[in-house]
Amino acid sequence: MTAVADGPVTAFEDNDLKPVGFGRMLRKEDPRLIRGRGRFVDDVQLNGMLHLAILRAPMAHARIVSIDTSAASAHPKVKLVVTGAMLAEQGMAWMPTLSNDVQAVLATDKVRFQGQEVAFVVAEDRYSARDALELIDVEYEMLAPVIDARTALDPSAPVIRDDLEGKTDNHCFDWQTGDAAATEAVFASADVVVSQDIVYPRVHPAPMETCGAVADYDAVEGKLTLWSTSQAPHAHRTLYAIVAGLPEHKIRVISPDIGGGFGNKVPIYPGYVHAIVGSLLTGKPVKWMEDRSENLTSTGFARDYIMRGEIAATKDGKILAIRTHVLADHGAFNGTATPVKFPAGFFGVFTGSYDIKAAFAKMTAVYTNKAPGGVAYACSFRITEAVYLVERIVDCLAQELAMDPVELRIKNFIRPEQFPYTSKTGWTYDSGNYERTLREALRIAGYDELRKEQVERRARGELMGIGVACFTEAVGAGPRKDMDILGLGMADGCELRIHPTGKAVVRLSVQSQGQGHETTFAQIVAEEIGIPPADIEVVHGDTDQTPFGLGTYGSRSTPVSGAAAALVARKVRDKARLIASGMLEVSVADLEWVKGSFHVKGDPTKSVTIADIAFRAYGAGDLPEGLEGGLEAQICYNPENLTYPNGAYICVVDVDPGTAQVTVRRFIAVDDCGTRINPMIIEGQVHGGLTDGVGMALMEIIAFDEMGNCLGGSLMDYLIPTALEVPDWETGFTVTPSPHHPIGAKGIGESATVGSPPAIVNAVIDALKPYGVRHADMPLTPSRVWDAMQGHPTPPI
Amino acid sequence: MQVPAPFEYERATSVDHAIGLLDRLGETARLVAGGHSLLPMMKLRLANFDYLIDINDLHGELGYISVEPTQIRIGAMTRHRELLESQVLADTFPIFGDAERVIADPVVRNRGTLGGSLCQADPSEDLSAVCTTLGASCLIRGTGGERVVTMEDFHRGPYETAVGDAEMLIEVRFPVRPHGSSAYEKVERRAGDWAVVSAGAAVWLDAGVISDARVGLAAVGPNTTGLPAISEALRGHAPSEELYARAGAIAAQTCRPATDSRGSEEYKRHLADELTRRALRRSVARIVADDPGA
Repeated sequence: MTAVADGPVTAFEDNDLKPVGFGRMLRKEDPRLIRGRGRFVDDVQLNGMLHLAILRAPMAHARIVSIDTSAASAHPKVKLVVTGAMLAEQGMAWMPTLSNDVQAVLATDKVRFQGQEVAFVVAEDRYSARDALELIDVEYEMLAPVIDARTALDPSAPVIRDDLEGKTDNHCFDWQTGDAAATEAVFASADVVVSQDIVYPRVHPAPMETCGAVADYDAVEGKLTLWSTSQAPHAHRTLYAIVAGLPEHKIRVISPDIGGGFGNKVPIYPGYVHAIVGSLLTGKPVKWMEDRSENLTSTGFARDYIMRGEIAATKDGKILAIRTHVLADHGAFNGTATPVKFPAGFFGVFTGSYDIKAAFAKMTAVYTNKAPGGVAYACSFRITEAVYLVERIVDCLAQELAMDPVELRIKNFIRPEQFPYTSKTGWTYDSGNYERTLREALRIAGYDELRKEQVERRARGELMGIGVACFTEAVGAGPRKDMDILGLGMADGCELRIHPTGKAVVRLSVQSQGQGHETTFAQIVAEEIGIPPADIEVVHGDTDQTPFGLGTYGSRSTPVSGAAAALVARKVRDKARLIASGMLEVSVADLEWVKGSFHVKGDPTKSVTIADIAFRAYGAGDLPEGLEGGLEAQICYNPENLTYPNGAYICVVDVDPGTAQVTVRRFIAVDDCGTRINPMIIEGQVHGGLTDGVGMALMEIIAFDEMGNCLGGSLMDYLIPTALEVPDWETGFTVTPSPHHPIGAKGIGESATVGSPPAIVNAVIDALKPYGVRHADMPLTPSRVWDAMQGHPTPPI
Repeated sequence: MQVPAPFEYERATSVDHAIGLLDRLGETARLVAGGHSLLPMMKLRLANFDYLIDINDLHGELGYISVEPTQIRIGAMTRHRELLESQVLADTFPIFGDAERVIADPVVRNRGTLGGSLCQADPSEDLSAVCTTLGASCLIRGTGGERVVTMEDFHRGPYETAVGDAEMLIEVRFPVRPHGSSAYEKVERRAGDWAVVSAGAAVWLDAGVISDARVGLAAVGPNTTGLPAISEALRGHAPSEELYARAGAIAAQTCRPATDSRGSEEYKRHLADELTRRALRRSVARIVADDPGA
């Protein structure tokens, strides 16, 4: 493993105590997780707990004629069988999605995708619940399915969403951004125009832990406790209050340890609601854990964009305009989790890292008979698709102009002095130095040497490819004036309390799914307060224990909640300063802060530590006049802008000319996420995202047959890369702090997932240059690469 | 967690005990060895059996690699890992090591068995292609005694074998001849995946001329496929790239692949050609390296 050192990794053992604040340090949560002492939803065991299993539609589109549950109800261990008709009587058969659509909690009229929830059983054990599903007799009347998004708007296409009043087609929404006329004018007069059809196929986040919930309704207290696999416990609680009509203060949502989310655990799934209904009706705790196939076939997918990209440039390689038309497949219900005013997420950043004259995007979204969802999988709200589009089309242009892709990019980058830079689609990029970042990647890669090696190998008939991708993300949603989810502003709270002995507890509204929040947030507070991270307890994931906020997705934890943690710590430090001035009997202006203590200017021997101050704050001694006792504060942070992490990635591949197998030989990732809190955690995030990228680029796809049967319903069919498919990652960094974030941090969670697929695909296409290939769609499986080598690359859908 | 339908379970204490149980319980019973194919099918409820007879305790009786002058006998309960680690197999049939390194993952290889692999009869299964390539035969025992069938007769179609209801695969036998070697080539989408296409080759030389050669393919038809036409085309000729190309062309023409998510029919035919050539080339190179006078 080649690591570009920004600090020794050897001193882990004592790093918990020094230095205080930012730097490499082992994760506080790992002893528990590594030793099997984590507590996940499926570990929750309650007295008298029952188990729930869901009957799912075996076909993609059919009318429900009848459901006979009598045999299942007669099973000796079955306590409850519920159908859509029964929920409809309570007005609970439908629920809102996070995109102002509705989704069936249980199907009442029709099933609209294979795997849709039709009925559920609650039984004494998991096996009996599953056995009883086979005793439910459903009569279906088959309907023609709509599978290919390209035909969804044909007049002859069956209407999927006839539940919506007056709906006569499968149109979901239209969206556009940029200036169509100005863009057309630039295209009309440009020297060079390149256009390319590009498909980003449907993939799935496939977290190691599948989704699930344990609902426990206490009829005496009137209180519902729900352990669930949620990336956003507070937002979920508010929605349960609205949907189920339970008072919000009588709902407690707990997200315990979460085994990976990647966006898959942002939506509210029908199964969570089933567990709640099951507990309300039986008076017992009810557990639902979906199995692997259920997770892959019914929960939030990602991508599924059919794009045409167009780029206009001068003949010497100045990019003038970018234009795209997108057909978006949203499945049977629009379950996308995205800010309300952004139905296509942040796809508007498709102009990438380049300073251009005009841009325009137009999108049509359609319903199909496939699983709902559409934003999940570490995509920063569709920036994955946007970056893939621009970085592929820029490479197509480089090929057309016979220009080196690095030279073309550098020629067109937004320059450092142009920040803050407002893009042609209205996004205000906060900061960056793109050329410096790319040059660092070129240095680590030894780019010129690689190009020489490529020439030599080509002469020997070998296929070596070098791919470059530069990305800019917009993360940390978001400013409340622009962004909300179902009316909830995208702010995050934070509470910090220093205990009398100088130890602390910080309470967050975001929820870790493996990102290392318990460490990163302790370090943020440690940096500001000057006590060791080990002395700071991080509490998260429990709505009764933490302040309100919208949760973890879109790389927003550090940009939003991290800012809140820093600011709340400064608030506490300000109060500590007042107490210190009393204790040292000097004015506040005469105090100097050195991490962890205040001392009198010019006399370091006269000082008080945070622990001294805390003890005074709760103690019997005098406090400055007008000051309350205690040492704690809270805050709700509303970001003024998004942050714009960026990076430059270089991938080296070898393609076997005989079998068309792709081997990723090297991958260099240089990220600029602004201020780096824990470089080890950053590198871990990058390694994971790069591995995701290899999966998407080379093997992952959720495909369907012509009847809408999902072909990716198990991990034998839906391939996820292993250590054997990835190289030793080579990471590097530059630091351009965000000017508006309190500590200059920008977020890193999704950078590598966004940036790596185009780097890998660009490398494969570069390798295939002797075959005259300009583009081939993911996943680049050996068969699909071979198709491209034969001169007939085919879209995957 | 995916949970199977209810079933009853018994551990066999001897081969005769297992066969007796099969005889008594009939077709509702199934033997479980490594279980890495059977249990996922049961958890997905694609396969439901009333009884499982666990034969893992028979590893002492059926887990062996026995070398004789003209053959190697391998017990049906010999685990993948034992095949991979066997020095005698590495020396005699390097195809085993080639194949075992690309079969599934270490967890599966610790548990899965030769007999289980053959009895699962998956058309993409690698050990079946190895056994086909090496011209193996299978010893089957039932209540009525023992019989031996060739690999060609053992596999009757996808997931179907010559093993009857009250019968059990006991042993696989591999003929040993001098001046030969073997190799296995596989293309997979990801480590541990089933083959897109695999090809095994075994070659014997006599004074620089191919005295015999066999090629077996996986994942290109209803069963692993032995290709006698290639043997005929190679016998009596000195090894050469032209000869391998002829063999590859025969492989591409005679195999019967289908388009699926692993690849198109056209690509699989191409791989049958390419991998046949590679396996033959590597087999011959091994003979020459071990035995320069062959």
